Amino acid sequence: MSRLIINELTKKYYNKIALRNVSLNFEQGKIYGLLGPNGSGKTTLMKVVAGLHKQTSGHVLINDQVLSYKTKSYVSYMPTENYLYSSFKVVDILKFYKDMYKDFRYDYALNLLNDINVKLDYKVSNLSSGETAKLKTVIALSRDTDIYLLDEPLNGVDVLARDTIMDIIAKSYGENKIIIISTHLVSEIEKVLDTVVFLKEGAVELFFDAEELRQERQMSVEGIYKEVFGND
Amino acid sequence: MEFNNNIPIYLQVIDKIKQDIVSGKLKPGDKMPSSREYSYELGINFNTVARVYKELENEQILFTKRGLGTYITESREQIEDLRYRMAKNLIVSFIEGMKQLGYSKKDMIKFIEIENNNIERIE
Repeated sequence: MSRLIINELTKKYYNKIALRNVSLNFEQGKIYGLLGPNGSGKTTLMKVVAGLHKQTSGHVLINDQVLSYKTKSYVSYMPTENYLYSSFKVVDILKFYKDMYKDFRYDYALNLLNDINVKLDYKVSNLSSGETAKLKTVIALSRDTDIYLLDEPLNGVDVLARDTIMDIIAKSYGENKIIIISTHLVSEIEKVLDTVVFLKEGAVELFFDAEELRQERQMSVEGIYKEVFGND
Repeated sequence: MEFNNNIPIYLQVIDKIKQDIVSGKLKPGDKMPSSREYSYELGINFNTVARVYKELENEQILFTKRGLGTYITESREQIEDLRYRMAKNLIVSFIEGMKQLGYSKKDMIKFIEIENNNIERIE
């Protein structure tokens, strides 16, 4: 049973507040969109959950456990920046991950990359930005774990590569998994989302079911996004 | 399939499946893809497809064979009934719309005849 509970989480960097009193409850079997403009706290929230940053106050429970080195094994985090060793070949990156994480599904990753035509013997430095983004997404989703945090998987990627990345994400859906995707490319992603979180200046502005919004207000996620953030 | 993000996605998928059944694109007794496959094929959320299947099962348009998958009803009667209900919905909203525009029943029927002739001529 995968579960992620965030309770009154606040994160300050010196005197700058990155997260204000964030409380959220994530359930398994759902894909969540973490949406908001740059600087709204999306990356900070992910980094705290991934155990890379320590919160100032509040707490996070992953599968009923407080954050620790142990909860890191329940979380697969894909940072937005390009963190892959540029001199490695793609296949060596996969081997590296296989050695690093015992839950890494090497064959699953190989097959996915094959399907989307990312060449295994290419060096990372020779990949296009779209291919690098695909590779990063595949690596993050190839760990067999409970919670996936994908920070801006569609950033700097052309339209076709975006579709491929969305397909990989949709394919990775599991009834016992939680997938959280941060992005500001709302219209591209909204079809695959169950639930949407709007972050505004570090606080939760809205938390809603995408289909309910369409049903009750005849509005797209993008439409309400523009309404909430349009004047900023 | 193109979606309008302002309308619940599950309703759009339900409409598409119904259209395909009534038009004969999907045949009675045909097997539907699994929710997983279908969500992948349409590029939409898995739970949305699961909801589509559930609602269509409630309407007895789809049914599940345990352990085998989801199938389209084999009942011709059920499909005829679906066609009838879809046609009725179209007609009712047409009549309501035309009434709002101030058309009488006689004018509506005349209008239908003229436009139908036009369409047939083009085809």
